[in-house]
Amino acid sequence: MPRSTSWDGTRASEIIAAQASLDGAALPILHVLQDEFGYIADEALPLVADALNLSRAEIHGIITFYHDFRQEPAGQHVLKLCRAEACQSMGGNKVAEAFLALLGIGWGETTPDGCLTVEGVYCLGLCACAPAALYDGEPLGRLGSDALVGLVQEVRGL
Amino acid sequence: MTRVFISADAASLALGSRRIHALVLQEASRRGVEVDIVTTGSRGLFWLEPLVEVETPEGRIAYGPLEPTDISGLFDAGFLDGPPHPLRLGHIEEQPYLAKQTRLTFARCGIVDPLSLDDYRAHGGYAGLQGALLLAPQVIVDEVRLSGLRGRGGAGFPTGIKWDTVLNVEADQKYIVCNADEGDSGTFADRLLMEGDPFTLIEGMTIAGLAVGATKGFIYIRSEYLHAYRTVNRAIEIATAGGYLGSSICGSGRAFTLETRLGAGAYICGEETSLLESLEGKRGMVRAKPPLPALRGLFGKPTVVNNVLSLASVPWILAHGGKAYAEFGMGRSRGTLPVQLAGNVKRGGIIELAFGTTLREIIEEFGGGTATGRPFRAVQVGGPLGAYLPASMLDLPLDYEALASAKGLLGHGGIVVFDDSVDLSQQARFAFEFCAAESCGKCTPCRVGAVRGVEVMDRIIAGIEPEKNFEVLEDLCTLMTDASLCAMGGLTPVPVMSALTHFPEDFDKLPRLSVVAE
Repeated sequence: MPRSTSWDGTRASEIIAAQASLDGAALPILHVLQDEFGYIADEALPLVADALNLSRAEIHGIITFYHDFRQEPAGQHVLKLCRAEACQSMGGNKVAEAFLALLGIGWGETTPDGCLTVEGVYCLGLCACAPAALYDGEPLGRLGSDALVGLVQEVRGL
Repeated sequence: MTRVFISADAASLALGSRRIHALVLQEASRRGVEVDIVTTGSRGLFWLEPLVEVETPEGRIAYGPLEPTDISGLFDAGFLDGPPHPLRLGHIEEQPYLAKQTRLTFARCGIVDPLSLDDYRAHGGYAGLQGALLLAPQVIVDEVRLSGLRGRGGAGFPTGIKWDTVLNVEADQKYIVCNADEGDSGTFADRLLMEGDPFTLIEGMTIAGLAVGATKGFIYIRSEYLHAYRTVNRAIEIATAGGYLGSSICGSGRAFTLETRLGAGAYICGEETSLLESLEGKRGMVRAKPPLPALRGLFGKPTVVNNVLSLASVPWILAHGGKAYAEFGMGRSRGTLPVQLAGNVKRGGIIELAFGTTLREIIEEFGGGTATGRPFRAVQVGGPLGAYLPASMLDLPLDYEALASAKGLLGHGGIVVFDDSVDLSQQARFAFEFCAAESCGKCTPCRVGAVRGVEVMDRIIAGIEPEKNFEVLEDLCTLMTDASLCAMGGLTPVPVMSALTHFPEDFDKLPRLSVVAE
């Protein structure tokens, strides 16, 4: 799951070449790059642009349009907390705000020790077990403050 | 070997089903008994998850909701024989929540192994395709038209008419695109189906391909649904290996292939033209219509864009006839609607019923009231662009026209319940905030209007010049409704104005309420 490995142009070129023949290859390429490196490095832009015969500006435009794509590495772990209506109806906002206050960070930020990035998302399709979240891609439901605090302790090895 | 069924849909996983799965295996091995665990999708009764079912001579006996600490005791009681136990639910089909439903689209969900073609066929799967292979394209389209099926994504456009348009246009290439970018809060039916019975979607898309002459299909799945994405990819491989997809479907000589694409966290990509742009590898900017995607869609070619549930309804229609499907429902809303009940409700889940059931039946009888036990206050129907409705309107039937005449919308069938702790002025503000975050930015009313909407709501909530600000709000909503390019900006005023109309007390200090309400 979330991890960052250092930039490797050769590896990136291989990844891009493997996807480039797909119809509408840009998103598949960007997803695989992010899976591999943890984010989409600036160095990747010209490579993707070349492979797809697009300008770097167009690739930049695609990356920045979609919330998923990062241009900087995330923390070691990523918690995506749902902020949409079904989770609001179960007090998700309060749980989230208290949690962020406890960590001392805002939405989209990473804890100073680099352990955890917390992002807001709109709906995970887990609306019948709200409030919900994805922790490193694994779904969590009926979240209370205790569960989140427990999660942080686990992350920090406490 | 005794078979035990455990759901691995994302919601069940969120509630701990993986741990239950591991503990059942561990406990069985410790006691030297053999079990064969079948991983299924969910039945969609989420207050009972994690749920396990054990196969006995009397049928499948269910237990739930299980805590990890329950497993040892369950085995002590003789789990594999379906013994009495405080958490024993008996035959799950006899639970009123399920017994009262009409499961056509979700008939197999939670019952079958989602990745077993044998299971799928044994439960009626591919009967629709076998029938369709014997029919001329126009006959298939006419059958779907006769069914009265309307787009389940939210717009409610007649599926048969869309297909007819694509069938009757000449092109060297046509496409079937499945919109699985299910972004509305309170909805999860597409996810549940893709995780629990993906072959139904694949079969529906294959039939659509035969009907309109498309040889290639794409399923665009939102990135929040990684579990569904993986399941659908596996199912495509299995269907291809089984001869149900490929250059000659079931040896018919007719081709249909499928690919999946993963979204990247953009709500707007659920709008069909934005989705097509995204599939083409671009920013998900909405296109102006016309041209309709049916004429110039993906890569400029005629394209059927349908929601997961629309396509997944097609196998049943072809297997049982359009007329049989149309016998369910009311008015111009025919067939069944998989309602998704969520939020602050005791018994959330999937409730597939013929159109026409009232909100009250759904929330009170199925849902059992609020989860917190506090009084019911509001319900939002149809996702973030749907209306907030008060208790006095719960006798509205779930029907496209009935909701529209109440200045709401049915959308994708999501219902989110709120108790009396909700502040509707905050919900109205959130509607704008959401629109500002998710607008594609192409048209000004949506891009700028949403930001202005947040500002004006902040002033109203702070009690600053309410008269002037209600005027601005009303004007803004009219403008966004009339001038936005797509439903994102065009419908954002729906939650806002419904909140204001039905819950004026939450907007406080309001001498001008009655005027605004109109």
